Amino acid sequence: MSTIYILWLRQLKRYFRSKSRIIGSLAQPLLFLLALGFGFGPIYQRAGGGNYIEFLAPGIIAMSIIFTAIFSGIEIIWDRQFGFLKETLVAPVSRLNIMVGRTLGGATVASLQGIIVFLISFIAGFRPLNVILLPLALVFIALTALLFTALGTAIASLLEDMQGFQLIINFLVMPLFFLSGALFPLEGLPKTLVTVARLDPLSYGVDGLRGTLVNAAHFGLMTDFLVLGASVVILMVIGSYLFSKIQI
Amino acid sequence: MNDTNKMIQVKNLIKKFDDFTAVDNISFSVAQGEIFAFLGPNGAGKTTTIKMLTTLLHPTSGEMNLNGYNPVVDKNEVRHSFGIVFQDPSLDDELTAYENMEFHGVLYKVPKDVRKNRVEQLLKFVELWDRRNDLVKHFSGGMKRRLEIARGLIHHPKILFLDEPTLGLDPQTRNHIWNYIKDLNKEEKMTVFFTTHYMEEADRVASRIAIIDNGKIISQGSPQELKNQTQTSSLEDAFLALTGRAIREEEAGPIDHLRMRRRMWRR
Repeated sequence: MSTIYILWLRQLKRYFRSKSRIIGSLAQPLLFLLALGFGFGPIYQRAGGGNYIEFLAPGIIAMSIIFTAIFSGIEIIWDRQFGFLKETLVAPVSRLNIMVGRTLGGATVASLQGIIVFLISFIAGFRPLNVILLPLALVFIALTALLFTALGTAIASLLEDMQGFQLIINFLVMPLFFLSGALFPLEGLPKTLVTVARLDPLSYGVDGLRGTLVNAAHFGLMTDFLVLGASVVILMVIGSYLFSKIQI
Repeated sequence: MNDTNKMIQVKNLIKKFDDFTAVDNISFSVAQGEIFAFLGPNGAGKTTTIKMLTTLLHPTSGEMNLNGYNPVVDKNEVRHSFGIVFQDPSLDDELTAYENMEFHGVLYKVPKDVRKNRVEQLLKFVELWDRRNDLVKHFSGGMKRRLEIARGLIHHPKILFLDEPTLGLDPQTRNHIWNYIKDLNKEEKMTVFFTTHYMEEADRVASRIAIIDNGKIISQGSPQELKNQTQTSSLEDAFLALTGRAIREEEAGPIDHLRMRRRMWRR
């Protein structure tokens, strides 16, 4: 337990100490929220979709979570390059504990980031409809954060240095985000796109947030919860396995 | 392979990276309480050997035994037995000196009160106590080195691995640190396994030396024995007589890494 705690604490300390990183990672969601929200808002309204900001905000919260989470997982590569990973790996603690501690730390950071973006969305005029469901929204934030931190850890365990990083952003994170229904409704789309969105785990995170915050779930909250939960378990197992295989 | 007096035993150890043999069938042993120097030119296989002994790398073949445990099978027991100061930096720059020490102590399950005392004692010893709350990224190279050495000693390991520990330290600090390690060696019978490029350092502190070159151990013995064997008067001359004067490629590291990466991607 103490191992998991100290690794978790380390991630949090690092997060709170890099002020520039916090501010930098908030600029992007804010830009998306303002530019897309107000840019597409009128058209969306005219097309009968209702308030676009209300629709978009949960998607942008999910976006900030996936970016921060994957990035936290990928930090293992940094630790490898700066040597700190060795210090953790020669210690007499199980690889599983190290992986779990790191992932919980990264997921906590990503959740915090999601909550901050949620608060920022108020600037753009977003108001959640169900205040009673806010705790449930937190559950979806945490699950999404855990899922993608574990994914980041799994990927980072396979990489030697940061050269693969751009590849991951462009071929994994971007598609996961754009195909998740974070920016557009999944109703009435071409079949292929719907299928892809159904396979994208982020879709369920976005949907869960939309269901709890603005009462507009596409898959249903139970489905969202079960799919996210199962994905978290599967990725934690894969991540732990790959992490345990790291040689330096 | 189970001589109780032997803290480290290595038999026919081989490590290959694809077609490149980094460690080529080496055998040696280190008795409990011994200070053992592992010397060799850059890229000779010193660090690779240490990585295998410390469970970071799987050997291709051969037998190893540390404190009665096998680093391939009984990883956790082996990890409990040693402390290590790596050749290259391994601190978290975004944490303070104290936090780095604390992190280590918790990972090694040193009880809280003992941990507090030792961290304070060790930080004072390496003269970093006043800077304990500063982030490590603001430290100079020598300060980081001192901190790493202090960190490796928190859990009072049975075996201490030091991979070029005194690189970049001034003679005063080097002396200071070696005296401390020698005391621990005497009082706690801590076995010390170290590498260095400073031959006079090895001559002064090591009770036994093995010289490795191109992955093979080419000579073993006390400093005096090595000098006698080569009919030289200093260890530096003995070393040069044994390993030749040609300048080696700067570490096998980058190549190793490339090879490792290829293996990773293939998996």
